This record gives sequence, C-alpha cells and structure tokens, in this order.
Amino acid sequence: MQETPRSFQEIILRLQSFWSSKGCAILQPYDMEVGAGTFHPATTLRALGSRAWAAAYVQPSRRPTDGRYGENPNRLQHYYQYQVIIKPSPPDMQDLYLGSLRAIGIDPHVHDLRFVEDDWESPTLGAWGLGWEVWCDGMEVSQFTYFQQVGGHDCRPVSGELTYGLERLAMYVLGVGHVMDMPFNDPQTPIPLTYGDIFRQTEEEYSRHNFDGAETAQLLRHFEDAEAECQRLLAFDEIDPKTGKRIIMVHPAYDQCIKASHLFNLLDARGVISVTERQAYIGRVRALAKLCADAFVRTEAGGFTPAAT
Amino acid sequence: MADLLIELFSEEIPARMQAKAADDLGKLIADGLVEAGLTYASAAAFATPRRLALSVEGLTAESRAVREERKGPAVGAPEAALAGFLRSTGLTREQLVARDDKKGQVWFAVIEKPGRKAEEIVAEVLETTVRSFPWPKSMRWGAGSLRWVRPLHSIICILTTEAGAQVVPVSIDGIVAGNVTRGHRFMSAGDITVTSFEDYEAKLKRAKVFLRAEDRSAAIWHDATTLAFAQGLELVEDKGLLAEVSGLVEWPVVLMGAIGPQFLDLPPEVLQTSMREHQKFFSVRNPRTGRFERFVTVVNIETPDNGATIIAGNGKVLTARLSDAKFFWEKDLRVAKAGMEEWTRGLEAVTFHNKLGSQADRVARIAALAREIAPMVGADPDLAEQAARVAKADLRSAMVGEFPELQGLMGRYYASAAGMPAEVAAACEEHYAPLGPSDEVPSAPVSVAVALADKIDTLTGFWAIDEKPTGSKDPFALRRAALGVIRLVLTNGIRCRLLNIMDCAVRRHPEPEVRGDLGNLMSILPGGDPQWFIARDCLDFFQDRLKVFLKDQGIRHDVIDACLGDNEAGNDDLTLLVKRAEALAAFLKSDDGENLLQGFKRANNILTQAEAKDGVEYSYGADVKFAEYPEEVALFTALDTAEAAIRPAMAAEDFGAAMSAMAGLRAPTDAFFTVAQVNSDKQVIRRNRLNLLSRIRTICLSVADLTKVEG
Repeated sequence: MQETPRSFQEIILRLQSFWSSKGCAILQPYDMEVGAGTFHPATTLRALGSRAWAAAYVQPSRRPTDGRYGENPNRLQHYYQYQVIIKPSPPDMQDLYLGSLRAIGIDPHVHDLRFVEDDWESPTLGAWGLGWEVWCDGMEVSQFTYFQQVGGHDCRPVSGELTYGLERLAMYVLGVGHVMDMPFNDPQTPIPLTYGDIFRQTEEEYSRHNFDGAETAQLLRHFEDAEAECQRLLAFDEIDPKTGKRIIMVHPAYDQCIKASHLFNLLDARGVISVTERQAYIGRVRALAKLCADAFVRTEAGGFTPAAT
Repeated sequence: MADLLIELFSEEIPARMQAKAADDLGKLIADGLVEAGLTYASAAAFATPRRLALSVEGLTAESRAVREERKGPAVGAPEAALAGFLRSTGLTREQLVARDDKKGQVWFAVIEKPGRKAEEIVAEVLETTVRSFPWPKSMRWGAGSLRWVRPLHSIICILTTEAGAQVVPVSIDGIVAGNVTRGHRFMSAGDITVTSFEDYEAKLKRAKVFLRAEDRSAAIWHDATTLAFAQGLELVEDKGLLAEVSGLVEWPVVLMGAIGPQFLDLPPEVLQTSMREHQKFFSVRNPRTGRFERFVTVVNIETPDNGATIIAGNGKVLTARLSDAKFFWEKDLRVAKAGMEEWTRGLEAVTFHNKLGSQADRVARIAALAREIAPMVGADPDLAEQAARVAKADLRSAMVGEFPELQGLMGRYYASAAGMPAEVAAACEEHYAPLGPSDEVPSAPVSVAVALADKIDTLTGFWAIDEKPTGSKDPFALRRAALGVIRLVLTNGIRCRLLNIMDCAVRRHPEPEVRGDLGNLMSILPGGDPQWFIARDCLDFFQDRLKVFLKDQGIRHDVIDACLGDNEAGNDDLTLLVKRAEALAAFLKSDDGENLLQGFKRANNILTQAEAKDGVEYSYGADVKFAEYPEEVALFTALDTAEAAIRPAMAAEDFGAAMSAMAGLRAPTDAFFTVAQVNSDKQVIRRNRLNLLSRIRTICLSVADLTKVEG
C-alpha cells in the first residue's frame, strides 16, 4: 500500500499512472464545455461500433445550475471528472477499479466498499447502461456503467465506463471538509495552492453569470444555430469532392451537439425553460446525438468497412 | 438418487431483485427437471449480492424410459398421408408396424424414448434457464451476447451421490460449469472447491459469506438491537430497509454512530428519511428523550480497527447530508413564519400541465371547490378554503425539493409554524390521502373537503382536456384519484351529488373541445353543454371504478348495475348507491331473494314477449275481480302490501326494509305461477294477468333493476 496522497493533483496523477499502467490511452480533456466526462467524443462516439478502445482522461465539467458562488462545501458549477472507458469491458473491470482505489490510498480492508445498484441514463445522449454507484463508507465515489445503448444504437461490444467525481473523492481521501480548503498542489511546496486559490473567484464569477448575467435571447439563438449547424454538417454528401475521399464530418457535427447541450444547461440555470419545454429541448439535443451516432457508425473509427456495404 | 448444486456467480445483483431471482431460479430449474421426467425430494434457492444458488435433493439418476404408440393411416392409404405420418413421427417406413384394426390393417408407429441421464437433463435445463432468465432488466457485457443482470463470472453445477461429486458438463456462452466459487470479495482469497450443498454452505461461511438472506437479516436485526439496547436505546423497526441492506452485504457487520447534537431538533421524519434514503441507515431512538440520537449502518466487512474508519467516514457523510437538511429546515421555517407567501406566489411559476395552468391556478380552483364541498362534509367553509390555499405551498419548500416523499408532512409542520389552525395544518398533510387502496382515509372534515377537491379537480381537469386513462396507460394516476374519492365518500358516509360537484369543477377548467367522442355524444344526446357531458362521462368513470372497488369487497358488478338506475335516481350519490347495492347483494344471497329473482324473470319474460307480440304495453288496470284462483287473489293482496311498504321504505332510504317487503312477494308469485296459466284462452283473463305481472315488474323495479342481475 502506497502512502496517502497529499494533494488533489497527486490523486489525479496517481489515477493517470494507474490507468496508463493498465493499458489505457491517457487522453487530454476535450476542448469544449461539457456537462460530464461522458460527453467527450472519446466516450460517446467511441462506445459505438466494433473497434476495441481503452482510454482515460480528466474532463472539466460544467453544471451551471450547481453554482453556489464558491460557498457550498461540495457543490461547484465547474468541477473535474475522471473518466475511464474500455471496450470490450474486460472480465476483471471491477478488480481493476478497486486497484485504482488502492492506488489513491483507499484500502478495501479498512474501508467499506459497496456496489449499489444504479442504472445510468442520459436522456440528452439517448444512452443508457446498467451498473452501480460505488460507495466508500457510505459516500458515492464513482459511477460504474456497462453501456448498453448510445445515440439509440446498441453497443456491441459493450464498453465499461468509470466516472470518478474527483473533488468529492479527493476531499474524502485528504480528509478535507470544504472543497475550497483542499490542497491543490503539495502543501509542503514553496508556493502551496488550495482549490480555493484557484477556483473561488471563478466560481463566483460563473455563478453570477449563470444565474443572472448570461443573455438568454442570445443563448436561445445560439442553441438554434448549433442545432441547425449540426444537421447541416451531416447532410453533406459523404464523398468530399475536393479529395475524392469518403469524409463524414461527424466530430465537427458532434461539437455542435455538445454546444447545444451546454447552451440548454445555461438556459436552464437562467430559469427560462419551463417544465414542459424542458422535455422538448432534451428531445432536440437527443435527436442531434442520434444523428451523430448514426453518422459515426458509418466511419472507419466507428467500425465501418466499405466492403461491408 | 443424487443431490444437485447450482451456483451462478456474478457481479453485484441489485438488492431489490435478489429474492425474486432466487425464487425464479428454483422454479425454472425444478419445473424443467420434472418436465423432462426427473423427480426430486426437495429444493431450496438462495441469493446473496454476488450469487444465486440452488440445492435440489433426492434427484432421480435418470428419467424413465417412455414407450409411445401412435396410430397412423390405413395400410394402402394415399402416399401423401403416409409421408406426412412419417414426417411427424420421424420414423422410416420400415420402422412402422402394420396391425389389425376395426377397419382393416393400419400402420402403427412405436416410438421408444429411452431414459436420459440426470446430468444430461440438468445441463439442458440449466442452459435454458440462464438464457431465458426473467430479470426485470438485464444486460450484455464485453464482447458476448449472453444477458444477465450484471456480468456472470462462473457457474457451479455438480451432482453428488454416494460415489462422490461430479461436475455436470455444461458451458454457456464460454462459461464452463465447474465446482469452484469464491468467498467474500475482500475477506477471503482464492478459489473454493465444493463437493455438495452442505460443503458449499459451510465453506462459504468460513469464507465470510452468509448464503441465506434470512440469516443475514436475522443477524443484522439481532446485532443492531443488541448494540442499541446496550446503550439504553431502541432501534426503529424498518422491514423494507432491513430487506434491502440484507441484499447489500454478504457478511453483515453492524456499526453504530452518533447524530451530531446540532441536528437533534430537526423533525424526526426528516432525520429518518435523510438517513434511510441517502445512507440506508437505521434510526436509533433514545426512549428518555424520544428523539433519534444515533444511527446504525450495516457494512460488509470486519476491519482491523473494528470499523472506526468506516463509522467516521459515514458520520462525515451524514453530517454533510444533515447540514443540508438543517439549512433547508431553517430557511423554510423563516418563509413559513412569514405566512408562506413566497411559496404560494412561487406556485405561479410552476406549470401543473400546459393546458391546465400553473400550480397556483390549480390551488385557486381547489380552494373554491373545497369551499363548496365543505358543508356536505361538515367542514367550516372558511377553514376548508384556507387549508386548500396552503396545502400545496410546501412543494416550493427547500425540504420537499430535496425529499419529495415528505410533501404534505412538511406542509403540516410549516402551517403549524405559521400559526395556522390545527385543522388547516392537518389538511396539508392529509389531503393527499388515500394514495393506495390500503392507505388510511382521512376523517377530519377540513382534510376530507380538501382531499375531495384536490382529486376532483385533477380528474375533471384531465377529462376536460381529453387526457383520460386508456388501457394500462394512466400517466396522471386518475384511477387512483377516482378510487381516492370513492373511499373518502364511502368511509365517511358522505351524502353528496357527485355530478353537481363535478359539473362545477369542470366549469373552472378550459372549455372542452367538442370533437371525437364528446362530439358524437353531444350530437346523439342533445340537452346539455360540453361541460355537462364531461361531468357525466367522468361520473361513468367513477361508476366503473366503484364496480372494481366493490368487486374486491365481494359485490358483483351486475348487482351494482341493478342499483344504478338512471341519472335522476341519484346514482351519483355513491354512499346511497352502495347502501342499496349491499342490501340487494344480501337479499340475493337469501333463499327468498334467489327465488324471487327467478319469479321476477319469469314474469318479465312472459310480459316482454307478450308486449312484443301484441304491440302494446301492459302497465295498468289489473283488477282483482277477474282473478280465478285464490292464489291469484293472494298475489293481488301481496302486491298491495308490498307496494305500501316499499314506497315509504325507499323514500326513507331503508333498502333493507324495501328488500324484505319485496321478499314477501316470493311465495305468492311462486304460488300464482303454479296454478295459473298467464296465456289463458280468455282474453280478459290473459290481459288481466299480464297487467298483474306488470305490477310485479314495476314494484320490483322500484327497488332495483332486477333485469340487470345475472342468474
């Protein structure tokens, strides 16, 4: 058993090196605003099709409605998720996961670790899977899902997905009561920084922005634009006239789907979406996700081979 | 004879599915074995979070050989007939035997089915069971195509005889059955090889797994109560939670922790709900203070520090949870003490349904309706209206936002905090009831008025916008609402004209669109506006639900139909209707009732046929002077007596008296039919007797429509 980590970043680094040692490609965060690590195309799109895949990454995630001006000990509108996806899911996925907990200082012989039923569903992605929330001493520390469907497509083979809520997990491991007090780097270094040193101000700024500042008429317009652009990009002929190659613009189109999803979240935080409208907006984002999934399975990365047609 | 042991070892099975899965496994395997011709002495199935297991004892070693003979076409029958017979039996022509039959020589097929070995049958039945297992939700994993509740890792399938244990050769989607399992996830290492069920259960216990759910829950309950008792405290019983946590652990270890003193003033329901829903903790009460002061959590491991780290972690999580709850409670109390206006106004922003307006609109309708209903249920109209105005306010409270299951209850706390009358506070909680068929029905008049108004507003609203339940679809739980109204009315013996109330309620909703069924109805039956037809249609729905409800109470639907009569007769007064139906049901069960029903039907049949034949209605003018027999005279007298008794009894709603007066007709009617021929050759006599029968009909119909009663 390694010694207990001393900082938030050490926990991230240990997860990175653990999953790297287990053969995952360590990817970088996706460069767009997303609500969860699942939205990274490395998960959403790569869960589709027949090709094997193994990746792990940190994904900054945004939930505009969770903004609390940096005051709540646990709630943030911007936080980090650690995401692992392996396709096909290996038979020892649970043991691998428990190994990752050991790597960050959670000894299963001292703690109470439990797999508690939790079926996962993302109505905006048209995706669902079965699995658990993993409890450590009564606290949910991860989500563990076997993807069954994404974008309305059956996942064959099935991907195993792990999502760690990094702040919460780290606060527990480090024994910190308020997220803003958590050491971000090693507290023994000449310039120790806490989570609050880095994020307290931005949490205030974004909370004000999300609840009051963001211009709703413009957000609505951008939502419509992103939706139209996603559809337009996927309506192109598959053959690019310039190169003569089959090039489907799935990822650019999917970027617009992600954008629409985030704009919807912002509109929701601004409180301008009624209960009934909510379902309609979610349905529109899901329709985009489905279009992207339909297109992705017609690409090489999606397992498509021209001979198969 | 052999004993069979099966274990299906998987990743964690949801707690709520384990018991049924064990039952299903037992039933599917046992039925499969029996169907294949094996017999067994006993079987028992078990579930833990990671395994389903089945033990079958005294299984026969092989199925009995079966010899089956089937008769085919006659010798010399067309070639096609013979070919068909060969196909269906799977034999060749040479294997058939010709035998003498009544009509000559006939081909017989003699099919010998030799006995099959148990292991062959077990393998087959196990594979079928696994592949078609009725999980409520199942999944695929990896690159395979097998479905199971969570990934299935290994299978034990062994037959044990005096000669020893033998693995049944079976492989399902690459999982080869063996005699090996694993123990507790953390407190046991390596494989465990087993030779029989006894060996399996004993070795599992050594490997820190309680196989039987009842052993786990008994251990939890025993240890938890002992732990609490030792501190002079008492554990709050929660059977649902006990069953759930028994499905979350293979080796239950009970730990107790303290609830921070800063949380002890929270309402006990809030503490309990927060602990149960979020953390699956039991509550521990201090009998001296009456408060919940501690919690018990059930963990899956024994640790070197005796759970110190675990209980500290759980305590920390609970503190975070309860800090939220305390924050909500204090914030809510401020709003409540200021009169809840922030919430009641806030309901304007909450859409109830896009065609039925906001929650605030709904509250206004319910308040007006509750005021109208109040006098019928003995409630003060002002209090009923006030209660309705605040009954939904807690939906905007932070606490209900976090724990929706506390709606109503929090309303009661907050209304009390706001200094409102006790009746109003009680109605905030009770107006949701009854929710289920066995849920308690409120009896406080103000609560009853608001509960009725709430449910009737919902029903008439969705009726007005044509969102009625269809088949199994009832997204707005309208059947439940209707049953709620029925139980409120009947349990409290409320006398009211439901149709009038609903007519008022419908008029507060958007004007119904006249199309579809409503359009058709209105074109056939003129004389009402759309709202009236909606109310009428809604009443039909009530009557249907009433039939379902009374059927469960042992009253047949035809008996209710007989009491429904027509609209004007007050069939929207459910209390009266049920009273009448109960009297009729009791009457029909009596000897007199059953016989009178036959007499009535006979009279009615003769009369109906005669009326159809003659084209006239015999309804008036039976005169005793044309009576030929003493029995006929007696019937006249009996009818006079019955009529004289029934009319006031019905007016006084004394259905029992009316029924017994009607029962008095039984003997005279029977006697009359014995001696007299209705269709007499003498026209005067015939007419007179038909008019006499008509009196029987009229008098009986004034009590109940016996034509609707079956039998």
